[in-house]
Amino acid sequence: MASLDRVKVLVLGDSGVGKSSLVHLLCQNQVLGNPSWTVGCSVDVRVHDYKEGTPEEKTYYIELWDVGGSVGSASSVKSTRAVFYNSVNGIILVHDLTNKKSSQNLYRWSMEALNRDLVLTRVLVTNGDYDREQFADNQMPLLVIGTKLDQIHETKRHEVLTRTAFLAEDFNAEEINLDCTNPRYLAAGSSNAVKISRFFDKVIEKRYFLRDSNQIPGFPDRKRFGGTLKSLHYD
Amino acid sequence: MSFLIDSSIVITSQILFFGFGWLFFMRQLFKDYEVRQYAVQVIFSVTFAFSCTMFELIIFEILGVLNSSSRYFHWKMNLCVILLILIFMVPFYIGYFVVSNIRLLHKQRLPISCLLWLTFMYFFWKLGDPFPILSPKHGILSIEQLISRVGVIGVTLMALLSGFGAVNCPYTYMSYFLRNVTDTDILALERRLLQTMDVIISKKKRMAMARRTMFQRGEVHNKPSGFWGILKSVTTSAPGSENLTLIQQEVDALEELSRQLFLETADLYATKERIEYSKTFKGKYFNFLGYFFSIYCVWKIFMATINIVFDRVGKTDPVTRGIEITVNYLGIQFDVKFWSQHISFILVGIIIVTSIRGLLITLTKFFYAISSSKSSNVIVLLLAQIMGMYFVSSVLLIRMSMPLEYRTIITEVLGELQFNFYHRWFDVIFLVSALSSILFLYLAHKQAPEKHMAP
Repeated sequence: MASLDRVKVLVLGDSGVGKSSLVHLLCQNQVLGNPSWTVGCSVDVRVHDYKEGTPEEKTYYIELWDVGGSVGSASSVKSTRAVFYNSVNGIILVHDLTNKKSSQNLYRWSMEALNRDLVLTRVLVTNGDYDREQFADNQMPLLVIGTKLDQIHETKRHEVLTRTAFLAEDFNAEEINLDCTNPRYLAAGSSNAVKISRFFDKVIEKRYFLRDSNQIPGFPDRKRFGGTLKSLHYD
Repeated sequence: MSFLIDSSIVITSQILFFGFGWLFFMRQLFKDYEVRQYAVQVIFSVTFAFSCTMFELIIFEILGVLNSSSRYFHWKMNLCVILLILIFMVPFYIGYFVVSNIRLLHKQRLPISCLLWLTFMYFFWKLGDPFPILSPKHGILSIEQLISRVGVIGVTLMALLSGFGAVNCPYTYMSYFLRNVTDTDILALERRLLQTMDVIISKKKRMAMARRTMFQRGEVHNKPSGFWGILKSVTTSAPGSENLTLIQQEVDALEELSRQLFLETADLYATKERIEYSKTFKGKYFNFLGYFFSIYCVWKIFMATINIVFDRVGKTDPVTRGIEITVNYLGIQFDVKFWSQHISFILVGIIIVTSIRGLLITLTKFFYAISSSKSSNVIVLLLAQIMGMYFVSSVLLIRMSMPLEYRTIITEVLGELQFNFYHRWFDVIFLVSALSSILFLYLAHKQAPEKHMAP
């Protein structure tokens, strides 16, 4: 059972936005009854069928690493958190639709997590501020999820959703807006479930089936070699 | 005419303080949150503004600025407004926001918050009974009654913070107490943390797979909830779900371990940073200050003990005593009145500024540590309450540091409180707080290296 392949996805966001509830909903299809502070990192596993319904269907483990804390923490906490950012294959950015600051902080969260890998490929942006061009070239699959949709009043919904659409565009990512206490948002077959499935498929593809952008296309055995070479490179 | 000019000066300064409080709230406290209830911000800034005005009036008293009668009028008015805020408005709003957070009671917010406020008033009143703070000839709803109780709470807070600060300050500044941390220690701990995470992940993988096979086979895993659920799970149990609960318990224990390891690693990183900081020039300067502060702390504890044991309350303030000493023993002659005014102005000014700054910094740290997006409003209001009471009792205690001629205004305005009681109470709580902080820090310091060396 543990011999299935795995991918690692980080779940980042400010404290109190609902990451733990979201992860619980994604992995156990149940609403989290008693959410409490996440200290350090909590992990959960989702069994995902890659390319479901096609002959190439394969099952993978998706590890969702829910890292707790705030973006303004002391640098000692940030250094400790950095140990969880190793060999990450995808990032889910979570923000609270009722709290604009949490959406703005997503830029800082993504900088914190991505800077680990960007050191390998390019010169670091020294002032640490958000740089749009970095995200245009970014290879890591991102997904933006907005929570607490039920607490937004009907009249304000349009304005909030426009804002989040811009946010997702900045990250070059898909976006989902839902309420973590209601499982029907992620019911099988709904558009949200399809987006999540597509995101996980993209993560698995990047990890196991593609090497990087200047890969020779059409090489038939690339899958096998790509997998082993990849594991040498990251781990 | 002069009264109007004086009032306009005071009111302008109040508006300035209000603006400062507003900015502080927006830039420092609520940096990471969105302000949705402006009432909270207004209340916080108003409390800050009126507290600072009280200090300003003391300074005016010493410097002799403004007309004496207009000063007295503003004192009275300021005091009434502050008491109104601290006893009526802030507790009511705290109750209101606490109730708003609870979903069930959302409909009957107003009556329940009124009920909470009445309970608060009852306990607040009862607080005055065990203390000999008033002469019994005052009526029931006079300023003296309210101020005396606010004073007790505020003085307790001041003494607690002061005692802890006096001990913690040298402990943090001095590098003597820093444990030796090497990079290998940190790496070893990080490796343990990641290994624990791997074990947790492999167990969760088994659970996820088991749940999937159960789901495909049509069984459902029900977590035992409630009384009847637990009874049912004892008598009948599907084999699959039994396995799951066992693994879940192991996972819970491992997750607790991972949390501990995370906190320890963060602690080690923080210590390493402090070691690096102590090697810089600034660090060495603070280290030296730390020795100086530890001597000061020991002296203060000693003085507090003497005061309590010998039942002695100082009659003269430091300024007059200093002048007496220089005039009588050192034989230096100078214009006593002129210098006493200026020196007491400087001394009182320093005390006020450091206590405001210290309090704001402590409140900010406290706020960052415990607030979340749900409870931020309640916590800010609690902080406003603490701040108001702290400043009111600072005024009570500052009376001791001023020469006799300037004390009269405070005595006049605040009425016949037993000021000596407050000083005694401050000494007692300071002593208790300082000694228990020493004990607490000693235990924490001893425990840390043992935990860290365990395999």
